Amino acid sequence: MPAPLIEMRGITKSFGAVKANEAVDLSVAPGEILGLLGENGAGKTTLMNVLFGAYAPDAGEILIQGQQVRIASSADALAAGIGMVHQHFHLAPRLTVLENLLIGIPGKSGRIDRAGGLARLVEIGRQHGLTLDPDLPVSALSVGEQQRLEIVKALFRGAKLLILDEPTAVLAPSEVDGLFSALRSMAAQGLGIIFISHKLNEVRALTHRCTVLRHGRVAGRVDDPANTTSAAMAELMCGHEIVPPSRGPSTPGQAVLTLDGISTAKHAGTALRDISLAVRAGEILGVAGVSGNGQRALAEVISGVRAPDAGRMTIAGQNVSRFSPREVQALGLGRIPEDRMTTGLVTNLPLADSMVLPRIGSSTFSAKGLLKPDAIRAFAEEQIKAYDIRCPGPMTRAGALSGGNLQKALLARELAFDPKVLIVSQPTRGLDIGAARFIHEKFLDMRAKGCGIVVIGEDLEELLVLCDRIAVMYEGRIAGTLDSANATVARLGLLMTGAEGKA
Amino acid sequence: MFRLEVRPSTPAWFNLALPLLAIAATLVLCSGLIALAGAGVFESYGVMFTASLGDSYAITETLVRAAPMIFTGLAVAVAFRAKFWNIGAEGQLLAGAVASCFVGAIPMPGPLAMLSMAIAGAAAGAAVALVPATLRVKFKVDDVVSSLLLNSVIYYALMALIEGPWKDSFSGYPISPPIEDSANFPVLIEGTRLHLGVIVALIAAPLIWFLIVRTTLGFRIRVTGENPEAARYGGIHVERVLISTALLSGALAGLAGVGEVGGVHFQVMSDISPGYGYSGIVVAMLARLNPLGVVPAAVFLAAVMTGAEAMSRATGVPAFLSDVIQGTALLAMLVALLFTAYRIRRVGAVP
Repeated sequence: MPAPLIEMRGITKSFGAVKANEAVDLSVAPGEILGLLGENGAGKTTLMNVLFGAYAPDAGEILIQGQQVRIASSADALAAGIGMVHQHFHLAPRLTVLENLLIGIPGKSGRIDRAGGLARLVEIGRQHGLTLDPDLPVSALSVGEQQRLEIVKALFRGAKLLILDEPTAVLAPSEVDGLFSALRSMAAQGLGIIFISHKLNEVRALTHRCTVLRHGRVAGRVDDPANTTSAAMAELMCGHEIVPPSRGPSTPGQAVLTLDGISTAKHAGTALRDISLAVRAGEILGVAGVSGNGQRALAEVISGVRAPDAGRMTIAGQNVSRFSPREVQALGLGRIPEDRMTTGLVTNLPLADSMVLPRIGSSTFSAKGLLKPDAIRAFAEEQIKAYDIRCPGPMTRAGALSGGNLQKALLARELAFDPKVLIVSQPTRGLDIGAARFIHEKFLDMRAKGCGIVVIGEDLEELLVLCDRIAVMYEGRIAGTLDSANATVARLGLLMTGAEGKA
Repeated sequence: MFRLEVRPSTPAWFNLALPLLAIAATLVLCSGLIALAGAGVFESYGVMFTASLGDSYAITETLVRAAPMIFTGLAVAVAFRAKFWNIGAEGQLLAGAVASCFVGAIPMPGPLAMLSMAIAGAAAGAAVALVPATLRVKFKVDDVVSSLLLNSVIYYALMALIEGPWKDSFSGYPISPPIEDSANFPVLIEGTRLHLGVIVALIAAPLIWFLIVRTTLGFRIRVTGENPEAARYGGIHVERVLISTALLSGALAGLAGVGEVGGVHFQVMSDISPGYGYSGIVVAMLARLNPLGVVPAAVFLAAVMTGAEAMSRATGVPAFLSDVIQGTALLAMLVALLFTAYRIRRVGAVP
């Protein structure tokens, strides 16, 4: 075994009384892809921030190729050959790919070395299959391409170790394959890679070795991820066995939501073309598809945010094609949006405000245009307790909560009023296993109560466990609908690429 | 080495401490200018203080000056809460002044005249604010630019009016005819200029606070300002909220003009506002967009303005210092606001 490229020994970091990391050891050899696993709050991000120079550890040491180093800033980390691709990219949208690459690179005698940068960009692209158009502005790139640029940037700066923080959370399944082959190619050339992810099947497919964190400590190591079950790894992460939720039989009632020939003009994203769907009471309908095939437009139409240009939509038998968000809500539509931070919550205001937002005009929370602050507060407190939302209280800024807790808050807000129809997008994206499990159970409870649920998602395994039927979207159409009983990942995957006609 | 680190939460006492800190920093920074002008720093600030807050008459003068800035400060605070970037309080004030002057010149019983002036002035201010708001909602026109440029349009329209149809044919001065005596706002303390409009301004602040914090409209304004997408998905009619906010904001700025016509000048002239609309932005920022904070912030700026004139007479430091203090206070407050989201940490000195 070669000498480690990077070694962290006994890293301890506290924030006030909270020990985010305690005596953590970690090492990466050249050419090795190390998986870093752990639930939200297990200390993965803190550990990587220590390595990348954002925090100074309270104790412990970092060695690079056997030499002890002090990393006090991201500049130190870059100089030491550590590159990091964050979940949120650090790119200048109006500048081109090449210009972004050259930011902060000292040029020759004060001039920017465009030719040299271009040559390296092409070379790195060819080596690892990370091709990018150098003259395109970053704002014109897809999320996957922006991520590619972040990786190229790190390599351009001479990174010997690359840290990727949940890189696949933002990618479509097809893009994940491209990322993985690039990472394998880099590892083959002797780069060390730390891959942070919640998705155990990806970790098993990609990594050579895993370090699992729990409550800030190393809970265990996995030496052969490919031959270790996801269940065993999940148990290491959570400290207890995780039983997948069981979807019992149900007897669906009448259709609560129907879409009949719904089409939209191309406005932003993919247009919908002649979508017909029905969801019955007590049924979970999955909508699968590679992201960008009209899922967003579908969610917007159902939520009443966008009016369809053709077709008819009903909720509980009533034609709602032209209804506003407030009107469909009043009919019993609950909605959990794809992007918690931008369309769900108001991060700068107290959590309680976000929790009553859709129903602020109802008599529960206001009368004659005056708010009922006590009722608002009491409602939020009640839900915080019922859903075990971890926060100091209802007046905490919503943005201070973790992703899992925000998702619980949104769920609480929508379920508190017993919706007849629930439309959710990517319900467990970025959540750890425990939080995802909790969300799934709530959906199954609602199903048992006779709610009709539409789950839009990309994680096929999740949809197969949760849904009674799965419709697949491709280029704005429904490519086919399968009963979960006879659906497989392979068949769904074929429909998702448009390879199979009506199933 | 020092570094800015994201602050997990903002302590409550910051709301009070930050403006005070900003003001202190401003006074320290501006003392350099006073010294440069060859006057004693403490003496100059002393004169400023005595002349603006030193006795009861000075206090009434400061309050009279603060009144229009309370209104424009409220106008800006309300607008900024919804992220409707109303830089047009100056134009809305002028529109309010012209409209109320027009109505005030019609003979009517006093109370009716004053009420009509207030309604006309508020309506005129609201109408002006409606322009940038409509342009933004319908055509996505940047409201900063449109509301700012509209100030010049209104100003030159006012000039055209007082140089044209309203021009005093007897003296030839570009001033409007005076309003009826019965429309003059009553003076509350004999021998001062403290008029009814000042009290209205002082009452308006808690009313607007109540509106923002305790009403559904206020809730919608806050949510729309912080996250319009979440507001839209949550069933709030965002465009309608922006228009309502603009009408309210413009009306408040219009009332500032009403007070100047009815309580101070009794007519309209070209310099009826020494930039009260722009000062409203400084006031709102110092108040951290809190309507209750607008009152002390406006009183502070008013004190600086009245004080600066006296200081100029006594020490020879140019009265323009008041403009410098205003500008510096805004910048200092913007810097201070940084510390609500970040804190400074010392890093690196560990062995």
